Amino acid sequence: MSPMQAPSPRPVSDVTMRSHPFPMQTVEEKKPAGELAKLSATNLVFHYGSFQALHGISMQVYENRVTAFIGPSGCGKSTFLRTLNRMYETIRNARVEGEIVLDGEDIFKLEVSELRRRVGMVFQRPNPFPKSIFDNIAYGPRINGSVSRSAMKDHVEQSLRRAALWDEVKDKLHHSAYGLSGGQQQRLCIARALAVNPEVLLLDEPCSSLDPIATAKIEDLIFQLKDSCTIVIVTHNMQQAARVADYTGFFLMGKLIEFDNTTVIFKNPAKKETEDYITGRFG
Amino acid sequence: MAASSTTNFSARPSGRASTFWQRLRSGDDIAYVVTLTCALTILAITALLVFELYKNSAVPRHQFGWSFLVTTTWDPVAGQFGALPFIYGTVVTSALALLMAIPLGVGAAIFLAELAPMRISNALTFLIELLAAVPSVIFGLLGIFVLVPALVSIEPAIRSVLGWTPLFSGPFYGVSIFSAGVVLTVMIIPFIISISREVILAVPAEQRDGALALGATKWETTWNVVIPFAKKGIMGSIFLALARSLGETMAVTMVIGNEPKIHQSLFAPGYSIAAVIANEFAEATGDLYLGALIELGLVLFGLTIIINGLARVLVLTTTKKGAI
Amino acid sequence: MLSLRRKTVNAVMLSLTGVCTVLAVGTLLFILGYLFLHGGTSLTLDFFTKLPKPVGEPGGGMANALLGSAKLLLLASCIGVPIGFLGGVYLAEFGGSSFSFVVRYTTDLLNGVPSIVIGIFAYTLIVLPQGHFSTLAGGLALGVMMIPIAIRSSEDFLRAVPVSLREGAMALGASKAKTILTVVIPAAKAGLLTGIMLNLARVAGETAPLIFTAFGNRYWSPGWEQPTAALPVMIYTYAISPYPDWKQQAWSAGFVLLMLVLAINVFARMILSKGGHAAR
Repeated sequence: MSPMQAPSPRPVSDVTMRSHPFPMQTVEEKKPAGELAKLSATNLVFHYGSFQALHGISMQVYENRVTAFIGPSGCGKSTFLRTLNRMYETIRNARVEGEIVLDGEDIFKLEVSELRRRVGMVFQRPNPFPKSIFDNIAYGPRINGSVSRSAMKDHVEQSLRRAALWDEVKDKLHHSAYGLSGGQQQRLCIARALAVNPEVLLLDEPCSSLDPIATAKIEDLIFQLKDSCTIVIVTHNMQQAARVADYTGFFLMGKLIEFDNTTVIFKNPAKKETEDYITGRFG
Repeated sequence: MAASSTTNFSARPSGRASTFWQRLRSGDDIAYVVTLTCALTILAITALLVFELYKNSAVPRHQFGWSFLVTTTWDPVAGQFGALPFIYGTVVTSALALLMAIPLGVGAAIFLAELAPMRISNALTFLIELLAAVPSVIFGLLGIFVLVPALVSIEPAIRSVLGWTPLFSGPFYGVSIFSAGVVLTVMIIPFIISISREVILAVPAEQRDGALALGATKWETTWNVVIPFAKKGIMGSIFLALARSLGETMAVTMVIGNEPKIHQSLFAPGYSIAAVIANEFAEATGDLYLGALIELGLVLFGLTIIINGLARVLVLTTTKKGAI
Repeated sequence: MLSLRRKTVNAVMLSLTGVCTVLAVGTLLFILGYLFLHGGTSLTLDFFTKLPKPVGEPGGGMANALLGSAKLLLLASCIGVPIGFLGGVYLAEFGGSSFSFVVRYTTDLLNGVPSIVIGIFAYTLIVLPQGHFSTLAGGLALGVMMIPIAIRSSEDFLRAVPVSLREGAMALGASKAKTILTVVIPAAKAGLLTGIMLNLARVAGETAPLIFTAFGNRYWSPGWEQPTAALPVMIYTYAISPYPDWKQQAWSAGFVLLMLVLAINVFARMILSKGGHAAR
C-alpha cells in the first residue's frame, strides 16, 4: 500500500458500469437545452475523518459556462471544488464516495496528474512560486513536457496574454514574481494554470484577498476565458456570482440546496433557504 | 475488480492491483523509499551506537560489575578501574556551572525579553548565540592562559570570603574543579539565555497586563507572574545546558587538573568522565583498559540521554523551539 | 503609593538583569579581542602554507592541519548532509505518523550525545577493526555528529515553505516528488544551505571526537587511510605543550578557527534574516 496516495476512498465496484442511480436522472432532466455536461457529480459524499462535509451532491458543470458556488463559510462549497481535481487527497483522513465524471471518464480512474492538468485550479491567495514570472508560467508545461523548449517563449507570452497580464509584465519576465501586486500575482496564477491548457478551471475564492479594481480585472478575465475553458468559481460574494456566473449552486451545511440558472437563483429561487441567503437573512 | 480491468486508463486504480516494483516506478514511491531509508538510518545509527558501547565494554563490566561505578581506584597498571572520581568530577563541575549560570542566564534572559527594546534585544541575542558557536577548544585555550592565572590572582579574595568552608580549603594551583566549573559556566550561559528568552517572550501579554494593572512593579510582575508562567521552559533550558556541560570535553580537560581523586576542596584538581576518555583513550592498551574507558563512555551516554530526554519534554511543552 | 522598599527592589533587580546581559555579551567581546591580540597579531602567511617545525625551530605553520580539517569536513558532509537532508525531507513531507515522532525523538537524543562518545563510536567501528587511526574514522565521527542537526534544520526549513506553494504545483499536475524537487526545495534553498553551513561550522571546531580517530599528524596525510592533523586538535596539543613558541602557534590557530566559525555563523544568519523566512 503506497503511503503517498490517499487510501483508495471509493468502493471497489465500478460505478460507471452501473445504471445511473436516481439523483443522476433528476440532474439530467433539469439540464437546459443546448448545454453539454463537462463534469458530472453523482451522489458525492465527503468525510474529513468522522466529520461528514458533503451529503450526496449531484450536479453538472456545463461546458464553456461559468458556474458559481455560493453559500456561507463551512457550507462545503470549497470542499466540493477540491474534489473536482482531487486536491482533497493532500488532506489526511479525507474520504470520498460517489462519482465524478469528466467528459465521460471517471476522474478517480484517471491518473491524478493527468486530471489536474485537465482541471486547473487557482487558489484563494495568490501563490506564485519563488521564481521568475517566466518560470512560473513555464512550470506546468515543463513538468508535463507538453511544450518544447523552443516554443516555450511564445507559449508563455500566449498564456500571459490570455490572462491579460502580458502588457504589464512583458519587460520584466525574468524578475521575481513576488515583485508583482496582489492582483497581478493572482492573474499570474491564472496564467500559470492556463499554460497547461486546462479544459476546466477551478477558482477558489480568487478575489478574496484583492481590492475592488483587481477584482474587476479578474472578473473581466473570467468573461473572456469562458470561450476556451469551462469555469467553476467559489465565491463568498453574491454580487460576484451574479455578475460572472451563468449557473449558480447554493450550498448549505454540506448540501447542494439549489442549482439553476444564475438569474433564477437570484431573482426567483425555488427554495426558502436560498431566498433567505440571497436576501441576507443569514450567512 | 473485474470491471476495472476493462478500462483503458493508464491510471493506477488501486494500490492493491500493482506489485511493489510496479509502484516503485513512480517518482513518489522512489522519493518515499529513499527518504524513509535515511530516516531509518538515524534509528540504526543510534541503535548501533548503544550496541557498540555495550559490546566493547563487556570485559570490565564482567570483571567489576556495579562496583565499577562506586570504587575510586583508577590504576591502569594494576588493572584496577573505578569510575567514581570521574563521575564525581563530572557531576560537581556541572553542578557548579549551573549554580553560577542559572542566575546569570535567567537574569540576562529577563533583561532581553522584558526590558531591552526589541532591536537591541535581537542584536544582543545574536551576539550571545555567537558565543554558543565558539568551539570548546577555544574556551579551553582561554581557560588555561587567561582564566587560570586570573583565578590564582583573585584566589585570596575568594578564600577570605568563603575560606571557612572545607570546599575552599587547601592549596590552589589554578587548575581545579572550580576552574572547570567557571569555564563551563561561560559555555552554557548562551543556551540558558537564548532558550529562556524565547520562553519568556512566549508568555502572553495579558499575563503581564493583569499584574501591572493591579499596581505591581515591573520586577514584581516579572518575578511573580512571568517567570512562574515560563518556569517549565526555563527548566528545560537548564536541563539542556546541564546535558551539554556533562558531556563537555576539551575545555574541562584543559583546566580541571586531571587527577583521578576525590578531594573535599573545589580548589583541588579533579577529573571528569569526558576528560579521562580524551586523555587516555588513544594510548589505552588491552581489552580491560580500553573497555573501562568505553564503559565510562556508556555511563556518560546514559547520563546525557536521561537529562536530554527530560529537557526536550520540558522545552517542547512550552515552545515550539525544541531542537537547538 | 509604592513603598520605597518596593521601588528599590524593582530598580536593583532590573539593573542586575542588565548587568547579567553585559557580562554575557562582554565575555564574547573579551574572547574576540583577546584572541585577536594574542593570535591575530602574530599570524603570518607561513601559518597557512608551511608544515609544523620540530620543537625549538622557529617558524612553521599548520598547512597540513588546515588541509586535514578540510578533508575531514568534506568526508563528514558526504555522510551527514545526504542522510540528514533526505531524513529531513521524510519528516517534513511524508511524516506525521507516530514513526516520525520516534525518528524526531531519536534525532534529538543523538544530537545530545556528547561528541566524545561519538568519537568512541567511530573508534569501535573503524579504528578498532583496521588497527590504525585514519582520516576516514575522523570523518565518520564528524559525519555522525552532523546527521541530527541536518535532519532537524532541513525539516524546519522545508516546513516553513507555505502549503499553498505545494498546492499550486500539485494543481498543475505535478506529482508529490516533482513538487518537492521543483518547488519546495528551491523555495527553501537559502535556509537549507545556511543550515548546512552552520552545521559545518559546528563540527569544524570539534576536537574531542578526533583525538582518537583522526589522531593527528605532523606531516601531510595523503589519502584517507592515514592519521591526519586537524586544526582544533592542533590547538589542543599545542596549548598543553610546554613550549612557548607552540603555545604562541596555538593562539594563532585558535584565532583562525574562531574567525572561520564566527564568519560562517554571521554570514549564515545574515542570509536567513534577509531571506525573510520565518524559521531560523
